[in-house]
Amino acid sequence: MAIDLDTDYWDKDVVRSEEPKEYNTLNVGPTHPATHGVFQNVMLMDGEFIVSTEQTIGYIHRAFEKIAEHRPFYQITPLTDRLNYCSSPINNMGWHMTVEKLLGIETPKRVDYLRIVIMELARIADHIICNSVIGVDSGALTGFTYIFQDREYIYEIYEEICGARLTTNMGRIGGFERNFSDKAWTKIRHFLKTFPAHLNEFETLLARNRIFMDRTINVGPFPADRALAYGFTGPNLRACGVDYDVRVMNPYCSYEEFDFIVPIGQNGDTYDRFMVRQEEMKQSMHIIEQAIAKLDKMEDKETYFASDPRFVLPPKEKVYNNMEALIWHFKIVMGETDIPVGEVYHCVEAANGELGFYLVSDGGRTPSRLHFRRPCFIFYQAYPEMVKGNMLSDAILTMSSMNVIAGELDA
Amino acid sequence: MFPIIQERNQLVVAKLIDKFGEAIESHEVLKDMLCITVSKNVITAVLRYLRDEKELQFNFLTTLCGMHYPEKEQLGVVYHLHSFVNNHRIRIKTSTDIKNPVILTATTIWPSANWMERETYDFYGIIFEGHPNLVRILNMDDMTDFPMRKDFPLEDQTREDKDDSMFGR
Repeated sequence: MAIDLDTDYWDKDVVRSEEPKEYNTLNVGPTHPATHGVFQNVMLMDGEFIVSTEQTIGYIHRAFEKIAEHRPFYQITPLTDRLNYCSSPINNMGWHMTVEKLLGIETPKRVDYLRIVIMELARIADHIICNSVIGVDSGALTGFTYIFQDREYIYEIYEEICGARLTTNMGRIGGFERNFSDKAWTKIRHFLKTFPAHLNEFETLLARNRIFMDRTINVGPFPADRALAYGFTGPNLRACGVDYDVRVMNPYCSYEEFDFIVPIGQNGDTYDRFMVRQEEMKQSMHIIEQAIAKLDKMEDKETYFASDPRFVLPPKEKVYNNMEALIWHFKIVMGETDIPVGEVYHCVEAANGELGFYLVSDGGRTPSRLHFRRPCFIFYQAYPEMVKGNMLSDAILTMSSMNVIAGELDA
Repeated sequence: MFPIIQERNQLVVAKLIDKFGEAIESHEVLKDMLCITVSKNVITAVLRYLRDEKELQFNFLTTLCGMHYPEKEQLGVVYHLHSFVNNHRIRIKTSTDIKNPVILTATTIWPSANWMERETYDFYGIIFEGHPNLVRILNMDDMTDFPMRKDFPLEDQTREDKDDSMFGR
């Protein structure tokens, strides 16, 4: 029998339903390997497409702002470790700089440069995690397994400097607890020599890989005006094309002396976020090289602390052998120093964006109020708008490319 | 402080007083930032004016947080604004009586205020009028206290196995 082309053959075959369209509800999280942290998303799905998302957060809320109201300044540093635990030194030093701003402590140039070396290493470590995990979530595990040895190496550098790896509690108000050892310098220089090649190797695995590009380009794009309205900062905002970087806009810690490029993207999609982080790692290497060159030029190799008697911890040998030094050490750590009344806001460019500390002091040993501006908490609320209409697998990629860290999200 | 920032501070204060008059309760420079106290009745209008005024352009809400002043029996909200165009930061404060803590929402101006206001409600009990979804965000839903208020104890105060008097808590 010949098919009559005039009649709409296919239309007869389809059973048209009079009932309204049915959606499925899909629960992603709270503990799901693809969310990289403890947060829940209840998604309303039309087939494989996301209609709407409802977020639940707060699973690892630890009341840091409340605890901070009951702790002397030195004891707040370990709390900041646990905000963005992928780059704790930036949080530590951001907090120390906030206190220095309140107390009016001027840090020596050498301390600033040492801090910059560590903060940029921490930024690299954070970006390594984020970018390699984007690869893992799109199905490319190889890059992750190779580049992670460099993150491990950065953690070894932390170990040489402060003894800890993840929750570093690094530095003191006014500088560092001790000078960098020779071994630390050897490791930092070795890292500078080897890492660029590893980073390029990693980039060649993904950046021009057809499969990776198909999976990431135009996935979770976000226009710049919406990003600004949603309070995006850091690499996520720069991927949208806004060149806002705290290191340039409000330089702290002598960043104004350094020469570096702020990379920006165009569409704010997953690929742009990946590439912005990739370029930032290269710029961080550039900054560390400049800082080391400046340090090498300095005749002073010993200063690692601001000379301010209120917060200089006495040397450890004296603390163990001398009664006055022990008392002095105890008084500083337990917050028996004079704190001026006042309030400051200080922000640093953390790996995820603008990390701010709003510190209100009433002259007591503890802050009267300490508020953390956590970049993750602010930009994660745009997630439903970003993934609306995308497929589920793209939503997972979008989340990993935003680098949402549960510790920072929930405080 | 840079002279240009001082100039900008004066411009902001002059413009706000010109526009809102008595509603601008006080202004001072604390460390490096201009801090303006505003009556809670006009807070949304002030924020909107600061965002939309051509010469000011505070386009970015950096952060928003609650405050508790037990001696004044007041709750407060502190806004940090940032103008990317002029690279200028200011702090806006407003306060409300603790017995009837209602403040107008800023979500109509910046969507980013959504979660920050929910957090402030969660911890201080400040009710933001006009907020699309004012429910707890970090604490569990059936909690009845507002834990960041100063009268809420950090730990269970009936415990006897810990002597915190030595540590000034």
